[in-house]
Amino acid sequence: MRVDALDIADAERVAFVGTSGCGKTTLAHLIAGILPAAAGEIEVGGHKLYEMGDRARRNFRISQVGFIFQEFALLDYLNVEENVLLPYFINSSLSLDQAARDTARRLADLLGIGDKLKRHPGQLSGGEKQRVAICRALAAQPSLIIADEPTGNLDRGNALAVTDLICSLAEQHGATLLMVTHEHAILDRFERSIDVGEEFGA
Amino acid sequence: MSGIIRLTLRYIAFNKLKSIILLACLTITIFLPLALHHLILHYEDELGQRARLTPLLVGAKGDRFDLVLASLYFKGRAPEAITAHDLDDLRAYGRAEVIPLLLGHSAREKPVVGTTIDYFRLRGLGAASGTLPLKLGDAVLGAAAAEELQLATGDSLLSDEASLINLAGAYPLKMPVVGVLARAGTPDDHAVFVDLKTAWVIAGIGHGHTDLADPEQSGYVSERSEEGITANPAVVTYNEITAENIGSFHFHSTRSELPVTSIIAAPRSEKDRTLISGRYSVAETTQLLVPEDVIAELMGIVFQLKRFFDASFLLVLVTTGLFVALVILLSLRIRKAERSTMFHIGCDRLTIFWIQVAELVTLTVLAAALAWALSHLAIAMASRLLA
Repeated sequence: MRVDALDIADAERVAFVGTSGCGKTTLAHLIAGILPAAAGEIEVGGHKLYEMGDRARRNFRISQVGFIFQEFALLDYLNVEENVLLPYFINSSLSLDQAARDTARRLADLLGIGDKLKRHPGQLSGGEKQRVAICRALAAQPSLIIADEPTGNLDRGNALAVTDLICSLAEQHGATLLMVTHEHAILDRFERSIDVGEEFGA
Repeated sequence: MSGIIRLTLRYIAFNKLKSIILLACLTITIFLPLALHHLILHYEDELGQRARLTPLLVGAKGDRFDLVLASLYFKGRAPEAITAHDLDDLRAYGRAEVIPLLLGHSAREKPVVGTTIDYFRLRGLGAASGTLPLKLGDAVLGAAAAEELQLATGDSLLSDEASLINLAGAYPLKMPVVGVLARAGTPDDHAVFVDLKTAWVIAGIGHGHTDLADPEQSGYVSERSEEGITANPAVVTYNEITAENIGSFHFHSTRSELPVTSIIAAPRSEKDRTLISGRYSVAETTQLLVPEDVIAELMGIVFQLKRFFDASFLLVLVTTGLFVALVILLSLRIRKAERSTMFHIGCDRLTIFWIQVAELVTLTVLAAALAWALSHLAIAMASRLLA
């Protein structure tokens, strides 16, 4: 993949589209600092990823990036509340205080799962699981949300609802949203869509 | 609570069955060698301590282990008896304090130890209630025996009927409990102590009955002759020694023939010890033992057996290790997605590693603690069982 230049504005909503294997997820991972670029510079919200070591990039991700995955990626042995607060358990750069707990509960209420905080993922529907995953992505109040085909496992009705929800939350939080998707029906929810295969020729 | 600990505890609690199986495997693997090791050390200490407090032991020639175990711990069958002649002979030699023991009888299934007052001093035993001096017919109970039989000073105790030596007919003897010993944590706690002569009465070698020489008791006489008086079956044999009838008690044997199971000998000096040893080195029917050496020999056999068990435990350990490794490998495979999620979110490598292995570490620590507690429980239970 070769990206000569890509500028994404603060709070912009961008969809990455393209055929399977064209590099949509790779591009998202480069922006998140999961993959280091072989050459060149990537800067996100003033953070110069190309100057950061592995540990600094992980701390950057935990505090600045919220991830939403296609497979929800919830831990089955944690209840809903603990799944939402997972970023606070696994990286000491985030401090689990009452404010963090209040934010998690407020998000859960906002997404309609406030009454299911003590349930485990196995007791939730697909739509509910994705809402939990969205809460987790937003729990640390990141400036960038990366959603990797978040509606891939949902029916059409749920897919539209979840997309609207993510877009709405990103807007409320003033966060930039990058969504990898195959669903052309939802592209009108984004300010810009980039065909990664065509643009960057992976 | 640390994130790693929280996640680990949640994982263990969520996967209950797997955790219980792993915990059981690890606990058993740790418990078996630990308990055996602790038990052996415990008994080596317990047996050794009592053996060290028994300088020399004289008994009939035969199995030295039987003689020591019976005389020191009141365990196993009573070995063949020697005679009061041997006791008097050693006492007359004057080189050691001698304490006789007559074993093999019981009272309400507690071992009866026929001895002298010196035994209490040798063992450092004191009275928790009542008095210790043993008179003919008195019984002093060990603390555990008193507790189990629910007897106290002032109560009475009946000896069991079984008798190996039955020259003149053995009758259960009713004995007043004149004292209860303070708990010593030794086999003495579980025994009933009587005077040597009382033990001979319990054995049926001595008894007391109506005074046939008294003309008023002629109704009990079948025949009077120059050789003696023959009683008829109606004569009353006493089953309790009282101030009124104590004079009627007598033995149907000369003192030198009366049985003694063993003699504890405490030499007054090293020279006396050597002289006594030399005296018994040529004895034909008796043997002199150093209990400490006999117990050390016994423990040597036990330690040889332990080495065999240690080798077996090593195999169990390897098998359990392989089983645990398999479970962990499968667990790591199952948790691959979890590691990927944590990596994407921003968890550092070391934390991911600890989250994955903390389950095993936690279960191993728990298993070790459980095994340690169980091994101590096993020692307590085994002590009670053996006591």
